[in-house]
Amino acid sequence: MIDLIILVTLLALGYGFGSYAESRHYKSIIARENRLRHIPAVTSRFPPMNNNSRDAELVSGSVVISVDYFKRFIAALRNLVGGRVTSYESLVDRARREAILRMKAQAEQLNADIVFNVKLETSSIHKGRGNSIGSVEVLAYGTALKTQQ
Amino acid sequence: MLVTNIEILPDKRIMEHLGLVQGSSVRAKHVGRDIMAGLKNIFGGELKGYTELLQESRAEAMERMIEQAEAVGANAVLNVRFSTSSVAAGAAELFAYGTAVVLE
Repeated sequence: MIDLIILVTLLALGYGFGSYAESRHYKSIIARENRLRHIPAVTSRFPPMNNNSRDAELVSGSVVISVDYFKRFIAALRNLVGGRVTSYESLVDRARREAILRMKAQAEQLNADIVFNVKLETSSIHKGRGNSIGSVEVLAYGTALKTQQ
Repeated sequence: MLVTNIEILPDKRIMEHLGLVQGSSVRAKHVGRDIMAGLKNIFGGELKGYTELLQESRAEAMERMIEQAEAVGANAVLNVRFSTSSVAAGAAELFAYGTAVVLE
């Protein structure tokens, strides 16, 4: 009985705080994406070969985000029937966008106007109980360049 | 020391290739941080302690790579890549590698 109460409490806490944190995070991501729109991040490997590009510098952004208890529970249920695990999809989506934003913020500090050869790397750092994914780390890195005079 | 992850720089010519240089670092956070991360696993959200840990160790891996590049007499490292692997629970290995070159 006590176990059940603990489980329900954890699920309720996870659902409440988790969805609040997620919607707040998405709001801040969208706001910052609009603000940093003027610095495109491209995956092209070669910069334009004119004499205007200069001051190449490595920029990177990383973030570790954890999924809440409720979503992990739902994902475990989803594992039984198969299909899209939407609760983890939003986790990795938030992590990638946040990492790219942090990288762009670094580029902005250097007064760069484009980031070339962006690479994204994802790894699960902290495994939860059993084999479930506790949290993901995303690293985004690229080369910031100044292309305008 | 110039560090980038593109292969050719638009405004500079490569005079000499000096081969691969690398640096790595394995780090763990103290137990307090791990407990905080455990709590965050219930509520969800960013694990600031781990983000910080990974940034610190990545910076250290880069520093070691740059040291190696300096030792072979390079003035730039091109085509830098990062890789991460978790060695044990709460500890992570960060690895950075690139090509040391002499630019004009």
